[in-house]
Amino acid sequence: MAECMARGETPEVLFWVGCAGSFDDRAKKITKAIAKILSHCQVKFAVLGTEEACTGDPARRAGNEFTFQMQAQMNIQVLNGYDIKRIVTGCPHCFNTLKNEYPELGGNYEVMHHTQLLQDLINSGRLRLEGSETFKGKKITFHDPCYLGRANEVYEAPRALIEKLDVALVEMKRCKTNGLCCGAGGAQMFKEAEKGNKEINVERTEDVLETNASIVATGCPFCNTMMTDGVKNFNKEEEIQVLDVAELIAKAADL
Amino acid sequence: MVSILLFATVSLASLGLFTWKVAGIVKQIKLGRPTNRSERPGERWKTMLLVAFGQKKMFNRPIPAVLHFVFYVAFIITQIELLEVFIDGFTGSHRYFYHAGLGSLYTAVISTIEFLSILTFVATIIFFARRNLIKLPRFNMQELRGWPRQDANFILLFELLLILFIFMMNTADEALLLESNHGSYGFAISQYLAPALFGSDYAPQTLNILSGVGWWGHLLMVFLFLNYLPYSKHLHILFAFPNTYFSNLNPLGKWTNMETVQREVGLMLDPSLEPNLEVGENSDPQRFGAKDANDLTWKQLLDAYSCTECGRCTSVCPANQTGKLLSPRKVMMDTRDRLAELGTNGYNFDDGKPLLGAYITEEEIWACTSCNACVQECPVNIDPLSILIDLRRYLVMEESKVPSELTGMLTNIENNGAPWQFSPADRLKWTEEN
Repeated sequence: MAECMARGETPEVLFWVGCAGSFDDRAKKITKAIAKILSHCQVKFAVLGTEEACTGDPARRAGNEFTFQMQAQMNIQVLNGYDIKRIVTGCPHCFNTLKNEYPELGGNYEVMHHTQLLQDLINSGRLRLEGSETFKGKKITFHDPCYLGRANEVYEAPRALIEKLDVALVEMKRCKTNGLCCGAGGAQMFKEAEKGNKEINVERTEDVLETNASIVATGCPFCNTMMTDGVKNFNKEEEIQVLDVAELIAKAADL
Repeated sequence: MVSILLFATVSLASLGLFTWKVAGIVKQIKLGRPTNRSERPGERWKTMLLVAFGQKKMFNRPIPAVLHFVFYVAFIITQIELLEVFIDGFTGSHRYFYHAGLGSLYTAVISTIEFLSILTFVATIIFFARRNLIKLPRFNMQELRGWPRQDANFILLFELLLILFIFMMNTADEALLLESNHGSYGFAISQYLAPALFGSDYAPQTLNILSGVGWWGHLLMVFLFLNYLPYSKHLHILFAFPNTYFSNLNPLGKWTNMETVQREVGLMLDPSLEPNLEVGENSDPQRFGAKDANDLTWKQLLDAYSCTECGRCTSVCPANQTGKLLSPRKVMMDTRDRLAELGTNGYNFDDGKPLLGAYITEEEIWACTSCNACVQECPVNIDPLSILIDLRRYLVMEESKVPSELTGMLTNIENNGAPWQFSPADRLKWTEEN
């Protein structure tokens, strides 16, 4: 972003990569898929790079408002300093925090989840997937991330994208408003689960197995981790792939 | 004359007692912290009409929805009959609307009530069975042991008695007309019940007594029920309406902002800002988050009294389904029970048994994934998650009780701007990899 600024350019959209997307090896692949699609569609985008920092989401969910406020207010200074208007995120948690929780702290932006931006690109004809046979006929199920679905009522964008791939989109018995959490939300990603008789991601993976899908698509790096672990738990990693919707699109577009 | 006086005394006493009890509950709810739920009134009315009046969210589960809808419609339409009971009671007339010349319309209304009563009777039996014979999991959880289960069964019992009294009155009245060769009111069911049950063996005196017992029985059941509401989960038949009106209209993912912390952090980041001392000094020092019921907002307290313990929230909770201690329904019941305790013992009551600790444990609070399934599911828009959030905030910010793994995560965010130990300088490494 700093380089854009130096060149006097205004990007169309700021890509908020997120901590998982920057540091987690699995999530970095999702980041690259998103970046490839944006470049392919000639979307002028920028990233904050080393100036990006955690939105504060896990701190707020863990009950630590001080750390959250610290992160949020510092990020808002950076974002407002660059006069950012539109943001696309690779993670529903960043998406929720930037979209819903930054405005009352002085950060007002148009915030999109990457599935929403990709849907826009397809609708406006900038991204074409016609004739792609990469996933033709495959059974794909979509796991709704809580902070994308229930928290922000984005149910259709990821599904619309999957349906563009000429595949069979099969729903799990618990989907959309009734979707079951992967177990990572509310800062659970960073701690051991409380005592119980089952892991939540195992419970969720059972829903996946019932559909006989060969791909579980999701739109969140944390759900991705949890579902990947769940699939491994059943020794099904040979049969079932866990992929982000952006990765499906990038592969289908042969990027 | 005696019966009019008796009626007036009983009605006024029971309405008075009910008003007094509800005023007490409203006073307890007002004990809560402020929160603004007045914006966008149009949307609020719409939510109330759809969710409370229209029962929209109930229909996510069709079987109980249809059964419940029968009760609901029967309850509302029976109010017409109740109105007549009141007019008859105060004027000493009998079946005022019938004699007021409403004729076939009256017969149609009472016949509808009779049909609905039969359906309600069947629904009540099914509800009994669901709770006590089939033992549906959500009606047989730990938190329902004892009083909550009895409460549910009492309500069903009241329902049966009420239906019995309505039919007793209608059938006796039909039999009286039959007896005196005046034909029939034409009530859909009791016109056939009358000859079947009473034949010609009953003297008019007996029938008059039966009709009177039915009338008084109906009335007394209504009054008993009314005054039972403030002690029961059944209060939802009233509170569902304000509770849905005052729903949270924001996206579910948006957590409440803590303005005091926002101000403090703002000052740290920019010391040139004017510290807004006036606000700080004039307002009571408030604890961060919630330790006891009166640290919650009035809406959270209204939620607690609106809960009818149906357990839909708990049945969809990912933590509960995987054997963790957390049950969102229990959170609501605990909040209400604690608030009632504060209400009876005075609001500065401190028995060392606050909501957090004595009712809701840390283990329950940390089992929540904040997935909002409970909030989404509640048929009357109760928000158990917001209470868990406030309790968590108190634990973390006032008592520094944080699970150790989370301490590490928080330290990482503070030191290197990410929940893991990575250097901010490495944020662009993904661009160099293939």
